Amino acid sequence: MSRTLTSIGRTGAAFAALAILLIALWLGAAIGETAIPFSTVAQTVANRLWNAGYPLEPIDEGIIWSYRLSRAVVAASCGAALALSGAVLQSLLRNPLADPYILGISAGASTGAVSVAILGFGAGMLTMPLGAFLGALIAFVLVSVLAVKAGRGTAAIILAGVAGSQLFNALTSFIVTKAATAEQARGIMFWLLGNLSGVRWPDAWLAVPAALVGLAVCLWHARALDAFTFGQESAASLGISVRRTYLALVGVSAMMTAVMVSIVGSIGFVGLVIPHAARMLVGVRHGVLLPAAALIGAVFMIIADILSRTLIPGQVLPIGVITALVGAPAFALILGQRRARA
Amino acid sequence: MTLSADHVSWSAGGADILKGVSLTVETGEFLGIIGPNGSGKTSLMSLLAGIRKPKSGAVLMDGTPIGELGRRAVAQRLAFVEQQAETGERITARQAVELGRTPYLGPLSPWTSQDDSIVDAALENVDMTHLAERFWHTLSGGERQRLHIARALAQQPKILLLDEPTNHLDIGHQISLLDLVQRQDLTVVAALHDLNHAAMFCDRIAVMQGGCLVALGQPREVLTEARIRDVFGVNVDIEQDSGGICHIRFLTRRSQGRTNLARPAPLSVMGA
Repeated sequence: MSRTLTSIGRTGAAFAALAILLIALWLGAAIGETAIPFSTVAQTVANRLWNAGYPLEPIDEGIIWSYRLSRAVVAASCGAALALSGAVLQSLLRNPLADPYILGISAGASTGAVSVAILGFGAGMLTMPLGAFLGALIAFVLVSVLAVKAGRGTAAIILAGVAGSQLFNALTSFIVTKAATAEQARGIMFWLLGNLSGVRWPDAWLAVPAALVGLAVCLWHARALDAFTFGQESAASLGISVRRTYLALVGVSAMMTAVMVSIVGSIGFVGLVIPHAARMLVGVRHGVLLPAAALIGAVFMIIADILSRTLIPGQVLPIGVITALVGAPAFALILGQRRARA
Repeated sequence: MTLSADHVSWSAGGADILKGVSLTVETGEFLGIIGPNGSGKTSLMSLLAGIRKPKSGAVLMDGTPIGELGRRAVAQRLAFVEQQAETGERITARQAVELGRTPYLGPLSPWTSQDDSIVDAALENVDMTHLAERFWHTLSGGERQRLHIARALAQQPKILLLDEPTNHLDIGHQISLLDLVQRQDLTVVAALHDLNHAAMFCDRIAVMQGGCLVALGQPREVLTEARIRDVFGVNVDIEQDSGGICHIRFLTRRSQGRTNLARPAPLSVMGA
C-alpha cells in the first residue's frame, strides 16, 4: 500500500471513484421503461439544483428527479453500506462467509422494524430505523452467544446465523400475520424481499448520511482491522484495544444494516460477495479495501436496480431477487475455494 | 525497562491455571520458560504480554501495572509472537511485517518512508527480503515464523515474548530461529519445549509445573536430573561441555508407579 499509493495517487483514485459513482447514478436515472436521453438527465439535475431553467417535459423531469434519481441514490447508499458491513464483519470475525444477511442481523432488523411499524412498539418514541437498529443488535448478540456456545469456528458462526435468521424471520411473520391488516401484510411481505419501489427523497436523506457515517467510522478503524489479520490476540499485541474496536465496528455495521433494512428491506448477498470482489481487485489492506468495497457495492446495487426495473417489461422485480441470483452462485464459489485451500 | 510478574494467578473455566507466579525479567537476558503441557507456560506468556488480565496479582512494566498502560504504549515496548498465528487472507510477506508498525500509526497518520525502511530492515534481519512479495499461504512454516519475528522487530520493542516459537519446525529451522532471536539486542522471554534448546540459548530458565513456578536460575542450576524427573517424568543424564552448556540425554520414561510395566528401551536420545 505504501509503495503503490502516493498521496497524488490517492487523490486521483478518489476522483475516479466519484466519477464512476456519478456515471452509475446517471445511468440509473436515464435507463428505464422509457429511456430518457442522458442530456435530459443532466438538464434536470441542473434545473433542480441550480435553477438552470432548461425547458423540459414536466413528466420526464418528474420521472428522473422524483422517481429514478432518488431511487438510484438510495440503491447506491444501500449497496455501499451493506458491502462495508460485510467487509468489516468478515475481517473482524475472520470468516469469509460473514455478512449481515447470513449472520441474521438483517432478519433481526426486519423484526425490529416490523415491531415498531405494526405493533407500535416503543409507543411513538421509536422510529422504524431505530427499531430496526435495536433488532439488529439483539440479533447480533444472540447469534454471537450461540456461536460461542457452538465452538467459535467458522462453521459455528454461520450455523448460529442460520438459526438466528430463521428465528427472527419467524417472529416477523408471526407479528405480520397476527397484527397487520391485509393491506399492511402485502406491503410488508413485498418489502421483506428487498424492494426499492416507493423509495423517495426523504429516504435518501436517511440512507446517504448513514452510508457516509458508516464509511467514515470504518475507515477510521482501517489500520485496526488490518491488525486483526492474525486474530484477536495478535491485534491486541499490536496495540489495538480489541473490545473498543469490536463495539465500534459491530455497532456501525448494525446501524448501517438497520437503516438500509428499514428503507428497502433485507437484501442478501451484497455484503457477502462485494467485499470478496473488492479484495480480488485491490488487495487486503483496509485503507483501500473499504472504499473500494463501498464503491463496488454502490455501483452493483444501481445496476441491480436497473435490471430489476427492465428485465421483465411492465413488471418490477424485487431487487433482492437480482442480488440473490448473482450472489448465490458467488457464495457457492467462495465455499468451493475455501475447501480447495483447506 | 523492566518487566515483572508479581504473584499473578489466572484461571479458566473454574480451573486454576496459574497460581501466584512471581518473576522478574532482567534487562538484556534470554529467559526461557519450560514445563510440561498444561503447566501454564502459554497463560503466563499472555499475562506477561498484557493480553490477558491476571485474576490476582499484577504484571508490572517499569513498575506500572501493564493494564493501566495503554495497549498502544505497551505494544511500542513489548512485542509478542503467539503460537502458530495464521491467516486465510491473501496477504504478502511484506504486508505481514508492515503490521508491526501499527502501534506507531494513528487512524490519520500516513505511512512514511521511515516506516518503509524499518520494515526493510526487519525483513533483512530475518533473511526474508527475497520472499517479501510472496503470498503468506505459499510460505513454509519456518518462513512464516521468521515473518512473525520480523513483524515483532518492526514494532521496535525492548522486550520480545515468544510462545513456543519453534513448534512444528524441523531441527535446522528451530536452531536458526533461536539463533536469530539471540542475535537481537533485546530482552527475550520464550516458552520452549526442547530442554536442550533452553540450555543452549537461555541465560536463565524458569520451570513451570502445575501452574507454579518451581525453579528459576541459570541452566546448569535449574536443569538437574532430579528436577527433570520430577517435572517431566523422564530420566536423563546431564553432561556439561567445556563451555558450561548442559547437554541432556533422555533415558527411559519413568515408570510412574507402574514399576512392573517399566520398559527399558530408550524413548529418544538427543545429544544435540
